Amino acid sequence: MSDTALHHPNPTGFAHQFEDLEQQHEAGRLGMWIFLATEILFFGGMFTSYTIYRALHLPSFIIGSHLLEVKFGATNTVVLICSSLTMALAIRAAQTGKSKSTIIFYLILTMFLGALFLGLKLRFEWYHDYVEHIVPGFGFQYRPEWGSAAPGVQMFMCFYFFMTGLHALHMIVGLGVLAVLVGMSARGRFTSQYYVPLEISGLYWHFVDIVWIFLFPLLYLIGGRYSGGGH
Amino acid sequence: MSTAIADVHEAPAESRVNYLNATYGLKSWLLTLDHKRIALLYLGTITLTFVVGGLAAVLMRLNLIEPQGALVEPDTYNKLFSIHGIIMVFFFLVPSIPATLGNFLIPLMIGARDVAFPKLNLMSWYVFVTGAACVMYAVMTGGVDTGWTFYTPYSTSYAHTQVIAAAVGIFIAGFSSILTGLNFLVTIHKMRAPGMTWFRLPLFIWAMYATSLIFVLGTPVIAVTLLLLAAERLLHVGIFDPAIGGDPLLFQHLFWFYSHPAVYIMILPGMGVISELITAFSRKKIFGYSFVAFSSLGIAIISFVVWGHHMFVTGQSLYAGLVFSVLSFVVAIPSAVKVFNWTATLYKGSISYEAPMLYALGFIGLFTMGGLTGLFLASLATDVHLNGTYFIVAHFHYIMVGGAVMAYLGGIHYWWPKITGRLYPDLWARFAALIIFIGFNLTFFPQFMLGYLGMPRRYGIYPAEFQVLNVMSSAGASILAIGYVIPLIYFYWSWNYGPPAGPNPWGATGLEWTTASPPPTENFEQIPIVTEDAYNYPTADVASE
Repeated sequence: MSDTALHHPNPTGFAHQFEDLEQQHEAGRLGMWIFLATEILFFGGMFTSYTIYRALHLPSFIIGSHLLEVKFGATNTVVLICSSLTMALAIRAAQTGKSKSTIIFYLILTMFLGALFLGLKLRFEWYHDYVEHIVPGFGFQYRPEWGSAAPGVQMFMCFYFFMTGLHALHMIVGLGVLAVLVGMSARGRFTSQYYVPLEISGLYWHFVDIVWIFLFPLLYLIGGRYSGGGH
Repeated sequence: MSTAIADVHEAPAESRVNYLNATYGLKSWLLTLDHKRIALLYLGTITLTFVVGGLAAVLMRLNLIEPQGALVEPDTYNKLFSIHGIIMVFFFLVPSIPATLGNFLIPLMIGARDVAFPKLNLMSWYVFVTGAACVMYAVMTGGVDTGWTFYTPYSTSYAHTQVIAAAVGIFIAGFSSILTGLNFLVTIHKMRAPGMTWFRLPLFIWAMYATSLIFVLGTPVIAVTLLLLAAERLLHVGIFDPAIGGDPLLFQHLFWFYSHPAVYIMILPGMGVISELITAFSRKKIFGYSFVAFSSLGIAIISFVVWGHHMFVTGQSLYAGLVFSVLSFVVAIPSAVKVFNWTATLYKGSISYEAPMLYALGFIGLFTMGGLTGLFLASLATDVHLNGTYFIVAHFHYIMVGGAVMAYLGGIHYWWPKITGRLYPDLWARFAALIIFIGFNLTFFPQFMLGYLGMPRRYGIYPAEFQVLNVMSSAGASILAIGYVIPLIYFYWSWNYGPPAGPNPWGATGLEWTTASPPPTENFEQIPIVTEDAYNYPTADVASE
């Protein structure tokens, strides 16, 4: 591999299989977009099933939705949107050649907001649901006031936990990615010329946020809770 | 083989540094980032899985020699066909051509030093092996008896076998498909050599591109479906559970949304290989390049909207059935375009019958039969009679074995000299191709008749009147098994003792034949500049005059 050296006089994160840094950047970006396409299909299977069952069991889904606390869902939505902003600011800081401590500051802030989301979800929602016996597979109890809609309520809760659980799993992966980025920043890897890892990790982080933007109304806001009674 | 003599002057190639002898030791293979070595890792792995899946088939065919079952208990028989299906579909056919030939050839054919993401490429192999290990664990700790389709509610509530381990194994292996597909798409988009425009690409690349699209768009759906299945089995409640208003048929919809396109994951790469073989051994430009190229994409796209033809008799609405039936007929069109174009390419070509060409010709005939019998099954009325019988078994084996495996073997034979730098005995290879063709037809043609007469699939016992055809099928299977063993022997011989092949033993076009055999680690000493179309065979003009 003696001629490998000939191909990369420029050492910063340059991989030997590419002709130049520009080609490498384009490949990285395209790769992440394709990965996000697979993620859309991954969540798509869940969203499709949800849509079908929502049409079949709407009254049960409304009861199930009302078991959730909108105030926590809404708070978490704000938290996640803020984390997307700090992520974008981290990329911007690298692009404009800010110091590595600025990049690290925004990355850590993003991680903090992501962890806050997970903490709120776990402490005030999932734990609460467990105590209330509305977690399917973990002592789910039917309540008399649900009447004949009761089985469908459990179905709704299956969707709720599966979809928010998968979303939380993606958040945890995202936190791991951010931790790696902090390490890379600390070693001064990012410059205004080279920030593709930040950029494509940002795409992933925004994608996970957008999934939540769809999950929030689908799970928390059905049945016209604030439209003066609705159903 | 005559070319062996002509290329003796290539002998010093042995001492030249190439990707095989650049570094030594187990570690240099297990941590390699070279797409060519990763292809060989896959080749070894899927040869093993093929043997395991094949042994299950041997036991099934032995059992079916006698009407009351010659060998195993019915429960064991259920596990045999399940494991045969799971291993052959998810751990042999899906990765077969893409992960071996695709990995080896895509960078060589487009003039690149490697795939876009070599680390992801190696990771995909480890992920694949992990998935395969899960399934092997399931096999050894009691097996699975759901069939490869895992239909609910049997798989979620009633089966007492290792469903979760098998489902998790397939889930994990799915990520290897996604990583491979992603890598190929980016590589084909971004890594082409100067001058290698889209319409100069070999048709194998177009086929791999279409396959990769299905990899990245289909696989996530089966992944989430199997995750739901495993969760439901674990927690005894879930979205396919009728007790809480769930619909077991939803599982079938989600399953086939991936698993029908997966059929094209298995056959599209084969079609790509055949386009290379037909042109190389008839010394002609492909007839209608852009038609063949776009038919690959057409197949990939239409494949996503035909899944309902697996569910005609499940109580799916009649109108849905009608639409799926029509769409299934439509997908036959691009497939037929390919067959017609290959045939037209042969016309007035200067055809030679080396072993790879025999596989290619076998493919065209067997794939056509498999495709045409597929139309019987796409018709609503005939499907009611044929669904769930051996007719279906025969149909998809004509596609999967007669098509995909023949193309895989043809491709391995064609590119073996490039992969190893050595030749194999062509006479033995032709003999094996013939044995495989005969064994295959004797195995599966009687199954068309059995199915038409009403023998259901997935039973270890059958009425005595079906015995003659079953014995024929089992006899064919043993001939087929011999046909598969012969190449293993001469490839082993060739790897160790075969004469040097030289860079281009077939006199074929394509960038992979312009570099040394075996290629250097960096593939090309200098990145080539492409100035002509694919399959620009010099004799083409002479032949048409």
